[in-house]
Formats: sequence, C-alpha cells, structure tokens
Amino acid sequence: MYYLFIATGLAVLISLGADSEKTLKAFKIALKRFVTILPAFFGMLILVSIVLFLIPDRVISQYLGSSNMFTGVLFASFLGSITLMPGFIAFPLCGILLKKGVLYMVLSAFTTTLMMVGVLTYPIEKAYFGTKVTIMRNIMSLFIALIVAVMTGIFFGEIF
Amino acid sequence: MRRNDGIKIAGISCYTLFLVVSFVYGFNPGKEIGHNFFSFSRDMLKVLPCAFILIGLFEVWVKRETVEKHFGQEAGIRGYIWAVLLAGTTVGGLYVAFPLAYSLHGKGARLNVIFTYIGASAICRIPMAIFEVSFMGIKFTAIRLLVSLPLVIITSILLGDYLVKRNYRVTEGR
Repeated sequence: MYYLFIATGLAVLISLGADSEKTLKAFKIALKRFVTILPAFFGMLILVSIVLFLIPDRVISQYLGSSNMFTGVLFASFLGSITLMPGFIAFPLCGILLKKGVLYMVLSAFTTTLMMVGVLTYPIEKAYFGTKVTIMRNIMSLFIALIVAVMTGIFFGEIF
Repeated sequence: MRRNDGIKIAGISCYTLFLVVSFVYGFNPGKEIGHNFFSFSRDMLKVLPCAFILIGLFEVWVKRETVEKHFGQEAGIRGYIWAVLLAGTTVGGLYVAFPLAYSLHGKGARLNVIFTYIGASAICRIPMAIFEVSFMGIKFTAIRLLVSLPLVIITSILLGDYLVKRNYRVTEGR
C-alpha cells in the first residue's frame, strides 16, 4: 500500500516542478471525477456492508467445506461472485480451508470469481460502461472462472 | 432519470436511518452492517484519492498520440501486452480499474484492450499474486494465471469487436 502513496507523492512533486498550472488542472479533474462517481461507490459500499453481514466468513467456510466436488464448485463460484473481499483476507482464509481438506478446484472457483465477477461492483461498472456491457463482462468472467476451476481440478488430480 | 434519483435518495436515507437507529438502540445486526460499511470505506479511502490524482495527472500529461500508439488500433498485439503489464501494477481491484480503463479509452485506447486491462487487473495484480503463492502454492497460482489470462484476452477481443460492430460508445460513464 505504501508504494502507492510514495508513487503518487513523487508524481505530484514532479508534475508541480514541471508545470504548476497543469498540476492544478489535474487536481481539478481528479476531484470532479471522484465526486461524479461517489454515488456509485456509496451504492457499492451499502451492498457490501449488507452482503458481508448476511454471508460472514464462517458461512463461506461451511459451504465450501461440506459438499461434494460439483456442488462445492457451484457454491464457491456463487459465493465468490456475490461477495467482495480484499486478497489479504481471502487468501489466508483459503489457506486455512486448504489445510482442512477443501479441494483446490473449489478454492480456485471461489478466488477467481471473487476477483473477476463483481455483483457488488455493479453500480460502479454500470456507471462507466452501461448495463449491457457490465452484464456481458460478468457472465463471461463467470465462465472463465469455471474453466479455471475445472483445469485446476485436472492438474491437481481431483477430477479423473 | 429523475425518478431513479428519487429512489436512490430514498434508499440511501432509509439505510442511513436504519444505521442511526441501530446504533442508538443497540440493534446488533444493524451495528454490524455499520461496522462493515465503515471498515470498507476506510480501506477504499486509502486507495481512491491516490488513484484519482494519478488519473488526473494522466489526463493532463499523457498525450493522446502516446495512448493511441500503445493501446490503440495500430498497437496490435502490443496493446494487449501493455494492458496486462499495466494491470499487474494496478492497486486495489476492479473498482480502481474501471475509472482508469475509462480514462484510457477516452484517450484512444481501443475497447478490446481496455477489457483486457480490466480482466487482467482482476486476476494478475503482482502484489496479490505473490501473496496468493505464499498461501496456495506456486502451482495453484500458475494454473490460474496460465488458464485465465488467455481466456480474458480472447473474450476481450470478442466483446470489443462485437461492441464496435454495434457502434457502442462509452457515454454513460462520466
């Protein structure tokens, strides 16, 4: 995270040194864009707060661990699609589940949909690219995640 | 549009009221939702100001020709490579990738390439991949990347070409 602050700080300093007027303009653009998209972010945060309450980590662990291969992958991709979790929470959780004996392909379906399919980021994606594109991209991503899960299962010898 | 705004304002007001009442009367589910809201807002507020400042700097300093050359029609296959490399260094997740992709497209990046960028920034951010390896092992991460990245590029081309044919414009964004 810190390298982002450092990189931004350096970029602003260099920009200021080169042309202070342009830098001011950049800040104005940044502020305007941020304010315009803020309602969509607000919508996303509301969705996230409610969904995370309804589906806590405990429930995710339970569903991923206690089912057979195919229902496991389906549950995992469903849960991965409708939740949102930063990597630094998701991967340790998956590491624990792996030790408990949850299949690699189930965890792969979960992490890949978590990263690629954004039901909760829908308000933001829609604001930029429109409803149709958002839905199409997310459906394609879901299929990609399922293919990844199946390939993971094959390479780890969990299928066949 | 007006009616939609009205519904949104009503929704947000109900939500806020619900949180306030929950905190005042100690209603636990409501308090938990409130905590979720604030902890996620805090995480995002660490990333978003930097991301938008960088987008602002990008808008004023980077020439349209430069973006067209590397991410546009003429870039060909190099456009996809640049998109994946840029995605590797993106921080945050999809919610940061969308505004950046929007800016890139505004400066002349073609649709195929920005969809590759969005997909790649979901799956192959370098710091996240390193973290993933430490919990899941290199084999898991390698399979995930090697299978998903080509699929992301293929679907981006399909989606981009389809949208160009249908004369799609990114106008709904701001």
